[in-house]
Amino acid sequence: MWILRINMSDLSYKLEELPEKYKLLYGRALTSQMVFDEVPPLCHALGLNNKLVFSAGVVTGTAAPTSARVSVGGKSPLTGGIKEANAGTAWGPDLAKMHIRALVVEGLPEKKDVYWGAKVKWDDTAGKPVVEFFDATEHIGKDVYKIYPQIFEKFGEKVSIASMGTAGELGYGNSGIVFNDMAKRPSRYAGRGGLGAVLASKRLKFIILDAKGAPGIDMVDKSLFDEGRKKLIDAIRSHPISQPKGGLNSYGTAVLVNILNEAGGLPTRNFSAGRFEGAAKTSGEAIFETNKERMGKEIYNHACSPGCIIQCSNTYYNEDQTEATSCIEYESTWALGANLGVDNLDDIATMVQLCNAYGLDTIETGGTLGVAMEGGLLEFGDSKGAIQMIHEMGKGTAVGRTLGGGTEVTGKIYGVKRVPAVKGQGMPAYEPRAVKGIGITYATTTMGADHTAGYTICPEILGVSGKLDPLSPEGKAALSRAFQATTAFIDSCGHCLFIAFPILDIATGFEGMIQECNGVLGTNWNADDIVAYGAETLKVERKFNEAAGIGKEADRIPEFMKIEPLPPHNQVFDISDEALDSVYKDL
Amino acid sequence: MLIVCGHRILYAVRDDMIVKVKLFATLRKYLPGVELGKSSDIELESGSSIAQLYDVLGIPAEEIKLAYVNGIFCEMDTELKDGDEIGIFPPIGGGSL
Ligand code: SF4
Repeated sequence: MWILRINMSDLSYKLEELPEKYKLLYGRALTSQMVFDEVPPLCHALGLNNKLVFSAGVVTGTAAPTSARVSVGGKSPLTGGIKEANAGTAWGPDLAKMHIRALVVEGLPEKKDVYWGAKVKWDDTAGKPVVEFFDATEHIGKDVYKIYPQIFEKFGEKVSIASMGTAGELGYGNSGIVFNDMAKRPSRYAGRGGLGAVLASKRLKFIILDAKGAPGIDMVDKSLFDEGRKKLIDAIRSHPISQPKGGLNSYGTAVLVNILNEAGGLPTRNFSAGRFEGAAKTSGEAIFETNKERMGKEIYNHACSPGCIIQCSNTYYNEDQTEATSCIEYESTWALGANLGVDNLDDIATMVQLCNAYGLDTIETGGTLGVAMEGGLLEFGDSKGAIQMIHEMGKGTAVGRTLGGGTEVTGKIYGVKRVPAVKGQGMPAYEPRAVKGIGITYATTTMGADHTAGYTICPEILGVSGKLDPLSPEGKAALSRAFQATTAFIDSCGHCLFIAFPILDIATGFEGMIQECNGVLGTNWNADDIVAYGAETLKVERKFNEAAGIGKEADRIPEFMKIEPLPPHNQVFDISDEALDSVYKDL
Repeated sequence: MLIVCGHRILYAVRDDMIVKVKLFATLRKYLPGVELGKSSDIELESGSSIAQLYDVLGIPAEEIKLAYVNGIFCEMDTELKDGDEIGIFPPIGGGSL
């Protein structure tokens, strides 16, 4: 097992044996630990001393269901704190199969106008991965949908590719790292926190993996792994949310639009209301029904990455049956829909496609445009104007570069008081005043406002793992803490977070996930151990942020949410600072 | 409602109410033809519960996960009032990057 270091200062690489202390660390646990160990917290995120660490999860590359995740870590140019973003893509299993536990991109070249590609392939004779560099400057300034086919053509159909778009090249806090999906689309983003700009700052345009001939994943106890795998598959296949033709497979993640709208928690027009009159037109049901009408048949969703049996990724089709985009997630249709007062699904699809093409994070883009609309740049509901602004961001015009700085920066430039961001990162698609637990997660996670860090929506809105009152503050700090710790483990084990729906409800599924890990690692973990594992990761991330000057004073929700009641429930965010602080104090 | 005079029943008026119902995702088939996001007026006997509404709509209980009444999650035995707006959902989940 290796750490592969790619040094962009002198275009060299080295393979190091994995140190003993990292033996059990994978995915987010490893990226965060290595960032903590190696990146000076006060360094500039786009400077010499920041590093990007890529690591796949414990079971990534095995036959475990829905497990092709890869984590990317570094210091975030958006928040100034630690960042882990992950994506589902064949790139993850390819990295793991070559026995590369972590791929680290470090250093900074002196020449700024030359970009490079690194191809990592398995060398059968040497029995290890090797790296070849190539000049990639010709691919700069272009739509990633144009360049991915060229790279596949040059390096073969079986490779997988990590890259960034012009948003990264322009150094935006709003820029993701993109990986290919199963149909070779550059559409799977480790999107949040500006890691695309970090990769671009190193002048590394592509990391191409060719795992042909690689040995695959070693396991200590294959039969235990198989037992766990079977239990998890059974849980996924029998839960109505994750089963074939179930909620996720039929309607995708955008099925949440209507329920959040009914619950009064769908942030509308830059977080000025909790309900949007046009919500249904932007929902997963609308995507499904529009596709059915346009294509003449029901279309179910597909897998973003190999081995996914949930298959939640949709494709949205134009009237002429050509593909408009894949995929429209809940967060994206909200950010570019309700949040902007837009109910035109075709325009939302155009915006999603443009964000992917330019390398922008859809959530940060929607948050930014919402604030800009409030600041008077455009009218709410002006979807054509929003499309134009995304082009300006991608092309790097003066106004585009302003918006590329993200939600908080844009709020400052336009003198807006209602800026929905925590630690510099724009809020996702759940209103903290209407769903108190998720507000605690936004406030306290080290990542900046991030729903995936502790998805309390499960019990608060969806009735998964019990049903809690979303408007009540009672017990929500403990709830968020528990979700944050468990999530940190799931982000490290390699499974997509969506296995949470079945495993929270079906105990044998949860057990199965742990058995899979024990089978691979030879550990003897139980449920408490995995929560402790996740909690350790949270503590490391916290220590990094504190050393970067981001302490508990930053664990707060913007003031307007504490003083402006949100219709329809007319609630404010009424969680005390003590309760917020208890999330980490009692970890 | 009964209006009585002595022991004689003068009128027997069925005391009905109207609630506004929206069905989502896989439940949409139980009110076919309704435009997405639009509510349907359903007449119920006064004092009916959410469970009774499910009966009237002909939705098997196992297909339903939860209902929001006027934006608030409510259990099956909750009594409905005239003019209530009810959104009914099967088990759903999502929310990702
Ligand atoms: S559940 Fe959806 S996001 Fe997760 S791995 Fe499968 S297709 Fe990808």
